[in-house]
Amino acid sequence: MSASGAAATPEELKERIEAGIPGASAAVTGDGHHFNAVVTAPAFAGLSRIAQHRLVYDVFGPEVGDRIHALSIQTRTSETESIA
Amino acid sequence: MSDESTNPMREQIQAAIEENPVILFMKGTPDQPMCGFSARTVAILQSVGQPFAAVNILPDPRIRQELSSLSNWPTIPQLFIDGEFVGGCDIVSEMYQSGELQQALGLDAGEAGGPEAGGPEPTPEPQAAAPLSIENRL
Repeated sequence: MSASGAAATPEELKERIEAGIPGASAAVTGDGHHFNAVVTAPAFAGLSRIAQHRLVYDVFGPEVGDRIHALSIQTRTSETESIA
Repeated sequence: MSDESTNPMREQIQAAIEENPVILFMKGTPDQPMCGFSARTVAILQSVGQPFAAVNILPDPRIRQELSSLSNWPTIPQLFIDGEFVGGCDIVSEMYQSGELQQALGLDAGEAGGPEAGGPEPTPEPQAAAPLSIENRL
């Protein structure tokens, strides 16, 4: 777990999501405990919402619910796809 | 020797999921949610007029631990319909907005009453919507 002692930042989450999911781009907001991530990745194509969100959660493993207290996720497969 | 085969907590959670067509694992109770995400999910279920069972995961940390290992999902709340994991607050919200949730619940999106309502009355009694307190069993 990287930087497990320090508070999480939106920048850190963005970097780790983009590094962890091939081709992903992420927009992350948050206050150090509660975060919201809008993640766009071609890797999401064909996956259920649950599977898409799991890919994002998997980047952080047990940190979700702990160091990252809450992580809200919206996923898209491409930039042009609108959120419902 | 697998822990999972002799894990009463896990078995109770599994049984609760199987026995209740719609069950929400949440922080707090429908009357008194202890987290905004749980509150929002409860509000959505109530707004579509869907009765549901609720389990408060807060009293015993093992509930959340076993639930998350069962569902492979790290956050709370978690909604199950007909024994299947549907998602957390984000997914339930998206499904509600698109009408998929009403569909998954077998509700006509245009009529919030639900099958038991027996009429066009769209307002369910909010308290009666969640009478099933599973938390005593877990």
